[in-house]
Amino acid sequence: MSTLSLDLTNPTVTSPPVISVRNLNHYFGEGSLRKQALFDINLDIYPGEVVLMTGPSGSGKTTLLTLICGLRSPQEGSLKLLKQELLGASPEQLIQARRHIGYIFQAHNLLKSLTALQNVRMSLQLHPNIPPAERSQRAVQMLEAVGLEKRLDYYPSDLSGGQKQRVAIARALVSHPKVVLADEPTAALDSTSGRDVVNLMQKLAKEQGCTILMVTHDNRILDIADRIVYMEDGMLVKNKNSTK
Amino acid sequence: MKKAPQSHNIPLAWLQISRERSRLLVAMAGIAFADMLMFIQLGFQTALYDSNTRLHQTINADLVLISPQGRNIVNLSTFPRRRLYQTLNFPGVASAEPLYTDFVDWKNPQTHKKTSILLIGFNPEKSAFLIPEVQQNLEQLKLPDVVLFDRGSRGDYTKTLTDVEQGKTVVTEIRERKINIKGLFPSGASFAADGNVMTSDLNFHRILTSRKQSQVSAGLIKLKPGVDPQQMAQTLKLSLPNDVKVLTKQEFVDFEKQYWSENTSIGFIFSLGTAIGFVVGVVIVYQILSSDVAEHTAEYATLKAMGYRNSYLLLVVFQEAFILALLGFLPGSGIAFGLYALTRNATNLPLFMTVSRELTVLILTLLMCTVSGAIATQKLRTCDPADIF
Repeated sequence: MSTLSLDLTNPTVTSPPVISVRNLNHYFGEGSLRKQALFDINLDIYPGEVVLMTGPSGSGKTTLLTLICGLRSPQEGSLKLLKQELLGASPEQLIQARRHIGYIFQAHNLLKSLTALQNVRMSLQLHPNIPPAERSQRAVQMLEAVGLEKRLDYYPSDLSGGQKQRVAIARALVSHPKVVLADEPTAALDSTSGRDVVNLMQKLAKEQGCTILMVTHDNRILDIADRIVYMEDGMLVKNKNSTK
Repeated sequence: MKKAPQSHNIPLAWLQISRERSRLLVAMAGIAFADMLMFIQLGFQTALYDSNTRLHQTINADLVLISPQGRNIVNLSTFPRRRLYQTLNFPGVASAEPLYTDFVDWKNPQTHKKTSILLIGFNPEKSAFLIPEVQQNLEQLKLPDVVLFDRGSRGDYTKTLTDVEQGKTVVTEIRERKINIKGLFPSGASFAADGNVMTSDLNFHRILTSRKQSQVSAGLIKLKPGVDPQQMAQTLKLSLPNDVKVLTKQEFVDFEKQYWSENTSIGFIFSLGTAIGFVVGVVIVYQILSSDVAEHTAEYATLKAMGYRNSYLLLVVFQEAFILALLGFLPGSGIAFGLYALTRNATNLPLFMTVSRELTVLILTLLMCTVSGAIATQKLRTCDPADIF
């Protein structure tokens, strides 16, 4: 059983958490093959935090992440994401919740048949409150912010690994999401590109006031975290703040 | 070079198809092939039926009278000539001419082998057929034992045709009676008869002495201008006894078609062939669409993670299927067009492209691609965002 230790010196604690997990258990398989993957997870994540999740493979961190970000339905416990309770939420509610999250994957997963600009615009299409006439402009601005203003009409096959990841960041952040989920964003990059990518994510996140939740094994970038959450065997083991 | 800002949604289906050139070409080739198969099957079927109705389609009549015992043009049976005179009593009828037909053996003037032909006799004052070469040679037919020969007949006639074209008289015989071929006309062999020979009604009865002038094979009725053939046909049906059948020209054509569709397996064979072409197309397009989805699994899963609904991805697959259908149909149609011309020249079959067939195959192509698209969407289930971690 692990509990969250509140750190009252953390300035972000004054606002309500964007993500709130209580007594979350998760199981895979049916009947006799049923295996428990998460054991009584309790976690709060506050606006503007940069939280790193780390732990060995099979620790359940990926499972927890997929649950937090609405990619899987919770089975037991409570999981509130941006005030929406995800336990028992309908598929439509989950879809709506996902539209407020920016995703950055290890493989950038950009659409190969679209240019950098078009890839970023795909994210804007999901938000009816952003007028269509503004989409191009916003996409261009976002790509400028990641330093790719000269690559707007390039296809992913013509971009380097670092550049593709930056397009993915632009795509994830262009609609100003409240939460950004990053899964091993630097794993496929060399240390310089990797460093650039996380610095960029942190900078933009601070500018937009959004929370970053990152899963990573990369020791080179642990210093950007406000908090590191460590998981092992389906349980939260340690919960320590960085010395930032 | 800045492009003007675009506010429309990204046409993902079109962009994916147009950017992946080799896949697009393979898909177009596959659909064109399937379409070509369907065009050929449907075309041949129509051409075979049409090849048996060439005489019917060129007959110089608004209404045709035949015996109810008649089965097809080489088996018309006969009815009394009196019926023709009876039709003249009706004010809408302009003329009623007899047509005599018989299915006989003649000797090929070149090979001297006997073969079956349809011998046709009519009053040489007026051509029974709207074939220019027949209409131009009516005077010849007034001479005794003169006939016109169908250059489209089946068999070895090359020397005969050249001789007649050069003006030389070619002599042959039907039932031991010598006849002179003095002219040629284009029609064509059919399932029953290897060829057609036309002559006057008098010559017809000189050659076939067992036939009586008072029993005709068919009656060719021309109506006065403005008279509706359907209505006139109805009137005549009610007035004439039931030893004669009244048909409009189109019904006469259909009468022959129906005989051959009922008495041969043409309908079944070519429908089966068309269905095979369709299935080939479904399989090819399914392969392409499903491998397309498989290749984009991570991309589509990311879209779902971002908040795109499954219905969006379904729509992308169907849009791709639709675009491929249209793009593949064009070359398929073009190739079929070329094949038709090739076949026409090689076989003399009346194989022509029609607008209705183009529409039919287009609809079948769209249907084919929709079916493949529907099956390919099964693959979308594997694009689960939770799995791409």
